[in-house]
This record gives sequence, structure tokens and C-alpha cells, in this order.
Amino acid sequence: MSNTPRPLWNPYVAGVLLGLGLLATFLVTGNGYGVTGATTLATAAVAGKIDPNTVAPHTYLHSLYEAGLDRWIVWEVVGLAIGGLIGSVLAGRFKFQIDGPTQAGRTLRLILAVIGGIAAGFGARFALGCTSGMGLSGSATFAAAGFLFLIGFFIAGAVFGQLMKGLWK
Amino acid sequence: MSFPLGYTGPVSGVILGLIFGYVLENAGFGSSCKLTAQLRFRDWAVFKVMFTAILVAAGGLYLLQGLGILQVSDMFVPSVMIWGSSLGGVLIGVGMAVGGYCPGTSIVAMFSGKLDGLLFLLGIGLGTLGFNSVFHSIEGWVWAQVGPDGLTLPQLLHLPVWAVWLLLFAVLVIVGYLTRANQSASRKSSPKASGAGLATQNS
Repeated sequence: MSNTPRPLWNPYVAGVLLGLGLLATFLVTGNGYGVTGATTLATAAVAGKIDPNTVAPHTYLHSLYEAGLDRWIVWEVVGLAIGGLIGSVLAGRFKFQIDGPTQAGRTLRLILAVIGGIAAGFGARFALGCTSGMGLSGSATFAAAGFLFLIGFFIAGAVFGQLMKGLWK
Repeated sequence: MSFPLGYTGPVSGVILGLIFGYVLENAGFGSSCKLTAQLRFRDWAVFKVMFTAILVAAGGLYLLQGLGILQVSDMFVPSVMIWGSSLGGVLIGVGMAVGGYCPGTSIVAMFSGKLDGLLFLLGIGLGTLGFNSVFHSIEGWVWAQVGPDGLTLPQLLHLPVWAVWLLLFAVLVIVGYLTRANQSASRKSSPKASGAGLATQNS
């Protein structure tokens, strides 16, 4: 691993490559990219092992628990993780650390990450997709739902981004 | 050959996902500093990458439809759930501002060695369980659909597809032009965050 990480890609170049990967995904599978489809299946699988009541009939997670983990979206997220690992290692960016607001201590950073994750996990079930599945893939089909999602995402992100600004000075 | 091909096995998933993760990482999206800098309007890379990707994929899909090779309606086109789609976006926007990531980028962060990425991911699991526990009290309205199945912008705006594409392309060009300057170079948000200092040269 080199000490100086390689520069990031130009955002337009990254955008074109991401768009081509997304187009290929549509052509091959009929779906776009997604993430929380897999995290929801994984949550159902783990929760069902720990407490079967969470996946009992008539719960939201029931059919997802029954579906199991051998699903395309789960394999795609395995690929996502491998791709992130290869990318960060090859670019010299892999580093064990706690990222987050520069003015926050380690504990606060980790607490904020959990709170943010809870909001995102809850929200992704509202929208039946996350920034990838709804914002990116939905919008790529010109679905109105994708753009409605993105408008909500950027407005709320900007408002809360302002509220959090002090922690990033 | 008819599209979609219908290859939905592990190999298809891992290869296509690998491209996704590799590109996100190299765009700098494994860094919560880089991602939240967009929300503070310090760095427009998130907008540029996403909008470019949407235009490339949409352009490809509708071009192939125009050539008679596929029908976009054979792809998964989500329907508008007036509360679900909008409030879901709001909650995920809040999640990024507070926690630094969205679901996909938290996984990229975790596999770049970041412990907060892992905790964000665990938070997603908790949020999913939270949804599961309140599901019966919200299921009546949360996924209420408005408009026809798979409503698209061209249908909603009564515009041809190419006009919608050009409109969105114009938005990208204008935002790209207005944010072209290396405006964040003199006030780097964080030299500590990996790659963020270098990133500003490219955005």
C-alpha cells in the first residue's frame, strides 16, 4: 500500500462508468442496482434466528425470511463489497479508521453512524429502495418515483447538513 | 436475443455488483467527508456522478427502446408512492447528513476499513426491525400509490423522452458549469479524510 492515495476519478468519468454498469445490470437482470433489498433479507435472516417472533406470519419480514439469502440482490451486494475492497486497496485508500465529523470524538462518530443507519434503514422500507435502488436505478428508467425520492433526499440532506455543519469545521 | 436476459444467478450478481462497488470507491463515495460535503454544498461530486449515471443509463435504455431492441416497461420501473417515495428519500437524506453514508456507500466504507461504515450498516438492520415492528400501524398509507403503475417523467410531464433527457442534461451542464471552479481547494473540509483533499482537484 502506498502512503499517498491515488487521486479519485473525475466525477463525470465515474458517472459514465456507473451508468454503463447500471445499463448492463438492466439488460442482464431487468432490475437496476440496489442495496437495501439485500440488507432487509439479511436482517430477516439474522432476526429470525435470534427471535422467530420478528419473522412470524403477518409480519413485514415474514416473506423475506422465507425467501432466504440466495437471491441476486444479495450476490450483487457481495460484489459491491468486493469491488469496494479492491478499489480501496488498489488505490491505497484502505485504512482501518473511524471516519466522520472532524469535530466529533470517536464515540460520538460511532453513535451518529448508528443513528444515521437507523434513519436510512427505516426510510428505505418506506421508499422500498435506497439511494441506489430508488434514487439511481429508479431515476434511470425515468420513473417519477425515483425523482420524487431524490428531491426528498437532497432537501432533507441539505437541511440536516446545515444542522450538522458545526461538527465538520 | 431478448432483453432483459434474465441472468439472475450468483455470478451475474457478483460481477455487476463488483463494478458498482469499484466505481463508487474510486468516485470517493467510501468517504463520509466527501459524501456529506455535497450536503454542505462544498463538493458537487455526488450530484455529478449520480446525474451523469442516470443520464447514461436512461439514454441507453430509451435508445435501445427506440431501436426496437427492448421495452423499458419490461424493466423494473417503480410506481409513485406519494408518502413512501418522498418520506423514504427524506429519511435517507437525514441518515446521510447524520451518519455520513447511504446504505450502499456504508458498505463501500466498511470494506475500505471504516468502522463507522460497519456501524451504519448495523443501524440499517435496526431501522429495518423498527419498520417491521410498526408496520401494521402504517401499512394503510405508507405505500399508497398515486398515478398508474410505473409512472415515468415523460408521461407525467407530457413530454417526449428525448425532451426530458435534454432537460436533465441541461440541469447537469448548468450545475456543472456553476460549480466548475476549484472552489473548495482553498477551504478543504478535512485533510484527514482519505482522498478528500485530492478529490477537490477533480470535482
